[in-house]
Amino acid sequence: MSATKALDAKAAISPAGSPQQSSPTLLQRLKKIFSAGPVMPGESYGAPGRGKSAAISLVTASALLLLWFVTTTAGWIDPMFLPSPVAVLARFWEVLTEGFANATLLEHTGWSMMRVFGAFALALVTAVPIGILMGVNRVARGLFDPIIEFYRPLPPLAYLPLVIIWLGIGEVSKVVLIYMSIFAPMALSARAGVRSVAIEQIHAAYSMGASRWQVIRHIILKSALPEILTGMRIGIGFGWTTLVAAEMVAAQAGLGFMVLNAAEFLVTDVVIMGIVVIGIIAYLFDMLMRYAERKLVPWKGK
Amino acid sequence: MSRLQIHDVSVVYPGINGGEQVRALSDINFTIEPGEFVVALGASGCGKTTLLSLMAGFISPTEGYLTLGDSQIDGLPRVACGVDLADQIDGPGKERGVVFQKHALLPWLNVIENTEFGLKLQGVGKAERRQRAASFLKLVGLEDFHRHPVYQLSGGMQQRVGIARALTNDPKMLLLDEPLGALDALTREVLQELLLDVWKETQKMMFFITHSVEEALFMASRLIIMSPRPGRITHEFELDFNERFLECRDARKVKSMPEFIEMREQVLSIIHGDEAAGGLH
Repeated sequence: MSATKALDAKAAISPAGSPQQSSPTLLQRLKKIFSAGPVMPGESYGAPGRGKSAAISLVTASALLLLWFVTTTAGWIDPMFLPSPVAVLARFWEVLTEGFANATLLEHTGWSMMRVFGAFALALVTAVPIGILMGVNRVARGLFDPIIEFYRPLPPLAYLPLVIIWLGIGEVSKVVLIYMSIFAPMALSARAGVRSVAIEQIHAAYSMGASRWQVIRHIILKSALPEILTGMRIGIGFGWTTLVAAEMVAAQAGLGFMVLNAAEFLVTDVVIMGIVVIGIIAYLFDMLMRYAERKLVPWKGK
Repeated sequence: MSRLQIHDVSVVYPGINGGEQVRALSDINFTIEPGEFVVALGASGCGKTTLLSLMAGFISPTEGYLTLGDSQIDGLPRVACGVDLADQIDGPGKERGVVFQKHALLPWLNVIENTEFGLKLQGVGKAERRQRAASFLKLVGLEDFHRHPVYQLSGGMQQRVGIARALTNDPKMLLLDEPLGALDALTREVLQELLLDVWKETQKMMFFITHSVEEALFMASRLIIMSPRPGRITHEFELDFNERFLECRDARKVKSMPEFIEMREQVLSIIHGDEAAGGLH
């Protein structure tokens, strides 16, 4: 019994190993992908999502780019709906050097980054302390919980008119709108971080003579750090999502404004180029945050 | 000399959602003398951990009070009693060090930073606290691991750090809440011997909780056996197997002595009797 099992495992690891074996059918291949499968030494049997996926992702991305390239250069799709990658690249260069809608790409990017990262910095210095306060103090929790839980699920577009009525159409209302979308997830993450502290660590600190303030500073803040960093990653994501809404009204420059403006005139290549630029900036920032996580909280998940 | 005294203490937990109240500890009267190694043994739910939490100051008793030397340590209003109490300490304090089963080390600090943490809280200068922490790390056999991250250490080594950390703070007593409970059998025996050496070296009062009868007999100079519903102390034994080990340095020999085996069977029958009476495990 165990001998046959071992043979099966060997066959599955190297299906091309024995020449007399006929190649597996498509159904068999699919079964293999979705079965728990035999494992190589060093892997654990039945672990969900076992194995590497980077190569598959690379193939997916390349295939999509190729499909985009082929369908557009062959002329099967009207460039108004989907311009070719070459046209988008050309437009990228043009907007970079000459500009679009009275501003160059760098100016658009600069304005948007200033708004998003300004709101992010504001949220960092307000949402994190408030979230921690909510975690350690019942009065703060009672005070802020209903406010945050009420507005958190609202789409920013729903309260955008109110923000404009209150704060006007200038820079302040744009930053505030983005700030509000970042604030809630960041505060709630900080609060959850406080809740995740092991009570043994707190007890140990008190038994070593810690004051309440020392427990907050040396135990609770440190313990909450992984979740605060996760909250920052989630928060900045919400920030970029809200950017386009914020730049809908009375903006002179900005990536969201550029995309909206281009859409009005059906300049589809600028629309796509703007989306790609926003995507790349957001992705780079996320990589930076992951690097910071590895450096700042190497104990996470251990 | 400062002894720890528990005076007529009861602990009643309120019923959950209006349910029945739980009497976790009932009428405990009990003293730990300086230099004693007291071990509490009993079935689950007998109130061992509640008793330790009381001593540590993590909870206050429903009735009665606790004193350590001249201080009342239960966090309750000062009682009028025969003893002249000079001082009052609310809740936990650095004179009562605690070693937990696990999860109590700080993963953002390395081994020596964890060990000196208590001194740092009290504002002791870096050079001095490093030196004191290093001496206790040497005592627990971790002199070569000062800069290791604690989350990369084995369970046994983590407990060594926990013990060194509690000792570095120079408490009057150590409260050990099943400190070896999560370790494998071999590591456990090594650390039992280590703890006895530490006890001999430092002469601290020890209060040690365990589920293991053999461990209890081996470690205790006084063994208390507790019984559930309501939690109370039912038996007390004066033992000297720990002294015998410190003399002969042969744990296997001590644990296979006829007296040890006889004692083990007696204690086991007491505990099994409790479990049979309670009908629960």
